[in-house]
Amino acid sequence: MSALLEVRSVSKSFHGLRAVHDASFEVPPGAINALIGPNGAGKTTIFNMVAGVYPPDAGEIVFDGRRINGLRPDQMCAAGIGRTFQIVKPFAGLSVLDNVIVGALLREKSVAAARQVSRDILEKLHLGSKSNLPASSLSLPDRKRLEVARALATRPTLLLLDEVMAGLRPIECDQMVEVFRGLNRREGLTILLIEHVMRAVMALAQDIGVLHQGEVIARGMPAEVVRDPAVLECYLGEEIEV
Amino acid sequence: MDPVLIGNVVAAGMLTGLVYGLMALGLSVIFGVVRVVNFAHGEMMTVAMYAATVLFAAFKLDPFLAVLPAAVAFFVFGYGLQAGLINPFMTRPEHSQFMLLVAVAIIMVNALLMLFGPDARNVQVDYQLEAFELGPLLFDKARVYAATAAVIATALLSALFRLTLTGKAIRACADNYLGAKVVGLDVKRLYALTFGLGAVCVAIAGCAMVLLVDVTPPLGPAYTLLAFIIVIVGGLGSMTGALLGGILIGVSEALAGLVLAPSAKSMFSFGLLILVLLLRPQGLLGKRS
Amino acid sequence: MNRTAPLLAVLAVVLLALPHVVGSYALSVATLILYFAYTGQAWNVMMGFAGQLSLGHSLYVGVGAYAAGTLFYHYEIGPWAGLWLALALCVLLGLAIGFLAFRFGISGVYFALLTIAFAEFTRLGFDHADWLGGPGGMFLRVAQRDTWDLANFRGPPIMYYYTMLALAAGALALCAWLLRSRAGYYWQAIRENEEAARALGINTLRWKMLAVALSAAMTGVSGVFLAFYYNNLFPEQIFHISRSIEIILGPVIGGVGTLFGPILGAAVLTLLSEGITEALAALGWESPGVKQVFYGLVLLMVVMFLPNGIWPGLARRMGVGR
Repeated sequence: MSALLEVRSVSKSFHGLRAVHDASFEVPPGAINALIGPNGAGKTTIFNMVAGVYPPDAGEIVFDGRRINGLRPDQMCAAGIGRTFQIVKPFAGLSVLDNVIVGALLREKSVAAARQVSRDILEKLHLGSKSNLPASSLSLPDRKRLEVARALATRPTLLLLDEVMAGLRPIECDQMVEVFRGLNRREGLTILLIEHVMRAVMALAQDIGVLHQGEVIARGMPAEVVRDPAVLECYLGEEIEV
Repeated sequence: MDPVLIGNVVAAGMLTGLVYGLMALGLSVIFGVVRVVNFAHGEMMTVAMYAATVLFAAFKLDPFLAVLPAAVAFFVFGYGLQAGLINPFMTRPEHSQFMLLVAVAIIMVNALLMLFGPDARNVQVDYQLEAFELGPLLFDKARVYAATAAVIATALLSALFRLTLTGKAIRACADNYLGAKVVGLDVKRLYALTFGLGAVCVAIAGCAMVLLVDVTPPLGPAYTLLAFIIVIVGGLGSMTGALLGGILIGVSEALAGLVLAPSAKSMFSFGLLILVLLLRPQGLLGKRS
Repeated sequence: MNRTAPLLAVLAVVLLALPHVVGSYALSVATLILYFAYTGQAWNVMMGFAGQLSLGHSLYVGVGAYAAGTLFYHYEIGPWAGLWLALALCVLLGLAIGFLAFRFGISGVYFALLTIAFAEFTRLGFDHADWLGGPGGMFLRVAQRDTWDLANFRGPPIMYYYTMLALAAGALALCAWLLRSRAGYYWQAIRENEEAARALGINTLRWKMLAVALSAAMTGVSGVFLAFYYNNLFPEQIFHISRSIEIILGPVIGGVGTLFGPILGAAVLTLLSEGITEALAALGWESPGVKQVFYGLVLLMVVMFLPNGIWPGLARRMGVGR
């Protein structure tokens, strides 16, 4: 089965600073994969390249068999890649429902149809009761849920989640994990997540890639990766000989 | 076209341009640090010019001496304006800030109209009729003095920003607002100081300018736009950029006035603004943000 | 929302009946209010909906006015043909400015300055275009002022009033419809957070250009109206930055981004202006500039204490929508 997303030897530098170097990984359709690594490892840079914020300097990104290097973010979304932002970006002046409608309008022909779809999605994410509130009045966990709802409204085949669990209490984190598990199981939504919250990573990910200083240093199933000495070293520093 | 004529026109343009540059420097400082579109900048300049005429009429005070009381008064005014009126507006949307200063500008322009009427006013000093000779070229004494004042003021301001702690604090605010707050700088006070300093530039430029042109209330909006053109062409955040931009605009306006019809000279400036905004928004010497 | 309909109905009745109840001076004031309500609404499409601050909207008024005026002046072609030319030119101009600005990534203050520059450049250009009348102005011949001649847009003041009323009502209806449509959602998304909008599949460049083009076209129509209402066009007047500021005063005072804001703002400002003039005349304080100072002070007060404009608070209290 060919991968839904293939990142091949991708590199990106900013003003001479190497953010990502020769990184490669694949995400099979229907999988939930995670990218972890210390801060500054290049995870969000990879996300941004996949989402079209900027093109890679080298390498290829192939989505659903199609080379998508350098497409604009809106084109990426139309192709089926949805994303959330590390720092949430709600449409503050609009209501919660209207926020999601904006997303739904990508696939729905009429505003009425988009509204219906949006209500359903908000229910799934436990935000239904807050539909008419202004987005600016939401708490952080709710804003994160809204961000996810909005992205889901564009009916992505691949959802990129950028540190969506940060700031959530364990019980909120577990709720989110359930939502994602459900979407993955029922609708076959492929998910790639960047996460620091290991609780969520271990609960969700079937495959983990570890980034360190722009390079992929480990790949594999969660149980293996967390025991990999290279991974431990990059998180905890050199082992001290006693 | 007579080369001596062109030479004189260019010389006059350069000197006037330096005074424009000082006025624009005030805006660069305000816009660059406080990030407020001071739509009342030209009106402030006009007020300064009128102040100089009043001091001259009442006390026979040469405009260059009037600079001192004017600078003090303008510093207080600028400080007060920022501290009292504008600081609460820093978090408001841009069009709101803009409208605030438009309102201030409207009040200023029309207050001037009320007080002084629409007729032109100026200052008459002896040296306005004299000129320095450099070969075949003639440099109006008044223009030379005015330009010198502009350069001195710029140098002093530059020294202030580079050498004093307050100056560095202001530059810190401009570079990184949040960072400045985090290290404990009283940003509101620094903003007020900055506006005060910008106003001082305008005060000096105004006193100098009144020797070169007659002042009428409608000059206000024209100078505001001119200041913005110079700041953007010369580059935001660069002092030499403001002066350089001033010279560029001064010379091009003078030449355009010679070659085309005098009233078309501003067209060149606006055309230049459009080009700069599109192709090199950081201006000639500005920093890319 | 159910309170809006009866209120609108009352307003409609009042506005329709107005010319038969008031004198000619009041009628001209009312026409002016409607003019600013319409033009403010047009500007609001760009700013309130799509979040792009234009301070050079006088450009479109002027171009529209001169387009129709020139056709009439030089070729005796009536205003309806002139309207098409005005629309075409304004749309092209709007698209050009929008494209240049957005393609080069210019936004916020710099975009506003760009719009000012274009308007000023055009003003000075027209000042030197003798074929268009130059600084001395272009004067359109007025055939008659007695009977309604819609084909040539000539007639009594009441005809101009109803035309402006129709335009203002039309603009209101158009904006109400747009707000609830895909365009409205996309524009507001772009206004709130352009990056997030892009991530949701919105081609922000295209939609911003659409807002600019629509705003420009609508404003051009008001230019055509002006040409045949005042019958004289001066570059100094019509392209002046003061006109651009007048256009935005209504929406800013009334409430940017709302439907009724521009209308309310236009009404308040025009009535205020006339009121101040009357009061000053009565007090004998008629020297030049006094009225404007008061005007400026009121503007200052509103901007300081009612940051979202007058309408949102009023609407909440009245229990109606935007």
